Amino acid sequence: MTQQRLSSPEELLILREQLIKQRKENKTIITVCAGTGCLACGCEPVTAAFREALQESRLENEVEIRTTGCHGFCERGPLVVLQPEGTFYQRVKPADAKLIVDQTIKGGNLVKKLMYRHPQTKEYIQFEKDIPFYSKQMRLIFGKNGHMDPTSIHDYIALGGYKAMTIALWQMLPEQIIEEVKKSGLRGRGGGGFPTGRKWASCRKAKEEPKYVICNADEGDPGAFMDRSLLEGNPHSVIEGMIIGAYAIGCEQGFVYVRNEYPLAVKNLTVAIKAARDYGFLGDNILGSKFNFDIEVSRGGGAFVCGESTALMASLEGKIGEPRAKYIHTVEAGLWEKPSNLNNVETWANVPLIIENGADWYNHIGTANSKGTKVFALTGKVNNTGLVEVPMGITLREILYDIGGGVPRNKRFKAVQTGGPSGGTLIVETREKAVHDSLVTHGDIRQEEEAVNLLDLPVDFDELTKVGSMMGSGGMIVMDQDSCMVDVAKYFLNFLVEESCGKCLPCREGLRIMLDILTRITEGKGELQDLEILEDLSQVMIDTSLCQLGGSAPNPVLSTLRYFHQEYLAHIVEKRCPAGVCKELVSHAIDETCTGCHLCFKPCPSNAITGELKTQHIIDQDKCIQCGACYQVCNIGSIRRVKRGEGAEMQRRAKELWQSPIKKKTAAVA
Amino acid sequence: MSDLGKKPYDLDQTITKIVDHYEAKSTALIMAMQDIQRHYHYLPREALALAARKMNLPLAQIYSVATFYKSFSLEPKGKHHICVCTGTACHVRQAKVIVDNLELKIGIKPRQTTPDGEISFETVNCLGACALGPLVTVNGEYHGNMTVSKMNNLLDKIHGVETTEEVTEEEA
Repeated sequence: MTQQRLSSPEELLILREQLIKQRKENKTIITVCAGTGCLACGCEPVTAAFREALQESRLENEVEIRTTGCHGFCERGPLVVLQPEGTFYQRVKPADAKLIVDQTIKGGNLVKKLMYRHPQTKEYIQFEKDIPFYSKQMRLIFGKNGHMDPTSIHDYIALGGYKAMTIALWQMLPEQIIEEVKKSGLRGRGGGGFPTGRKWASCRKAKEEPKYVICNADEGDPGAFMDRSLLEGNPHSVIEGMIIGAYAIGCEQGFVYVRNEYPLAVKNLTVAIKAARDYGFLGDNILGSKFNFDIEVSRGGGAFVCGESTALMASLEGKIGEPRAKYIHTVEAGLWEKPSNLNNVETWANVPLIIENGADWYNHIGTANSKGTKVFALTGKVNNTGLVEVPMGITLREILYDIGGGVPRNKRFKAVQTGGPSGGTLIVETREKAVHDSLVTHGDIRQEEEAVNLLDLPVDFDELTKVGSMMGSGGMIVMDQDSCMVDVAKYFLNFLVEESCGKCLPCREGLRIMLDILTRITEGKGELQDLEILEDLSQVMIDTSLCQLGGSAPNPVLSTLRYFHQEYLAHIVEKRCPAGVCKELVSHAIDETCTGCHLCFKPCPSNAITGELKTQHIIDQDKCIQCGACYQVCNIGSIRRVKRGEGAEMQRRAKELWQSPIKKKTAAVA
Repeated sequence: MSDLGKKPYDLDQTITKIVDHYEAKSTALIMAMQDIQRHYHYLPREALALAARKMNLPLAQIYSVATFYKSFSLEPKGKHHICVCTGTACHVRQAKVIVDNLELKIGIKPRQTTPDGEISFETVNCLGACALGPLVTVNGEYHGNMTVSKMNNLLDKIHGVETTEEVTEEEA
């Protein structure tokens, strides 16, 4: 399809009206989520099955199939939503397509087995918006995802796309745009939280030419995938934001630096940029406004440090991604030593919203110093994993329990980690009633008070920083009782050691030494003075590292030390890992509640488990390599992780108990 | 090496095509190298030397980039490539157990290739599909909610062993 370039805002208006008419809002549309999460669950065969089912029923002209970007509820994928009414089906398999077409589309009945059930009330919920996961969210940025095919510029235009751009280009001066963004209170969503308007203003003021705008889509934080989903699901919103930003700053060339590990994001973005060029939203003389701007996509090499602005710019230049000291800000001398304005994907996507609805609308959402919404990737040990978009200032409790649905398998919530490996840190466990007593005996009451407060902590830039964490790019990883905080700190340091670029000494060597110490602690060889050394080293790194990666790298250690001091002491003094994670400190054993179901036999890589079917199983302590594969599969929690050396004794006792007459009788009945 | 030796014309053609696609711009170096890696599954020395000449860049710069970024490999990868995600979300869902088991089963460490050249395996920091953790990709195909048993079935499949019904059921 060749498209005549649009040459005025009026033409865009006409096109939009045509498209809206064509969309026929009352027509049934089967939307199938095709974000990476649902793709991995197999949504493609589902789409094909729908196509077939519609053909069979001769409905292909009445009913439309639309593959959309991420809806966020990745846990339940593949997701299917029937529009316009919004009937929601989860975990749809290809075989279900015919069922949905026959029963719901033709018959008007719901398919109960595919519906979402309220976890507490067990009620069936029909509409997407009524599901607790969605009802507490405020989906300003992600809201359109479910209604558009990300590769269709028509869908975006019909939903009001590029309206903000015409407002900016025709009704506003660059200075006015910057003022508006300043007034909106928008802060950088990549983690730092720097006021976007101020950044733009300094870049506009910079003397050198040409200037560049850059979109940072090098989402290196493990556990964060909102940028990817946004680029995959609504790439035009990012492009539109960049056009507005470029016009306000006064530049003609933009770059998107995106991870090569995100092939679908690269693809959809490339398609979107091409379409935007064809329609005259990019290129020379945009919509006849005499403003020229174009965007180039650059695929990154997969280095965490490249998320840092100066390293990213070095990488864009085709060099290795080493950061430099920022005596001179990148807004004055960045890419090729020219003024460069770098913002995160989500920040750019906020811009059209602000311009279209006005700063006053925007700054009513959120808290005093953090405006708007934030997208979090809620993952880990939580029932409803996925992407959630919430207004700033919502409490952690609301995110974790109301939206996230709490911790699975009735385990105890322990911590939540925000902000990725270097910025990130952990927030203390809730001290549920059951744990309360043990805490009092530990004389830990002060921490207990803090813990309760933290769960009710309003989530925004400043509050998170205050408690020793940070917003970061928005990864939120929930941990339950089975996560060892020393191990988690070690995990992050291990990650950072691998990802440190090695340019400055504090980061390169400091991390290595800290990792050594933590490894020793998890092996039961730690000493009390190690904790002091860790704190000292952390301070040195914070004070002397060249870039933010090094400067914030000790956060995971410092925050776990702050909130989980007892756990460190247990490793060092008692040589015990309370969570049962650190291999060198733990033994696996099966207690007398074992039903002898054989489930643990297959995954055991060292064939350490013996026992007849329906009799007590035993783990051979000499053969066991403490991999924990059996612990994962046991449904009744019979496999216990005890202090190293205590496994054999426990195993012996369990056998005795199991053979006692009472137990035998109950087993026979069962 | 051996693959390249057989068809030298292919090397020249491939590299020219890739470099021309990016108009030999030095900014596109990383992307050009990614394309070379996609073609050969690693970065052969000959290919890099040729690319350096065509892009008019010192070979040293290309090597500095090749060794800096983790996604580049100077060693040939196996016919089947397994990636285990060890991002934070997968880590707390016990991805380590999968890695340990895999090491035991195929007898190699991450970033190595089995001696028969069949399987190579690496751990990656995040594949961005955290809701499905622990996550494993085999030749780019995603397999979510991985368990040791599922992993063993996948390995059987790679080795061409008849798969049990369990696998098909899980994948359906």
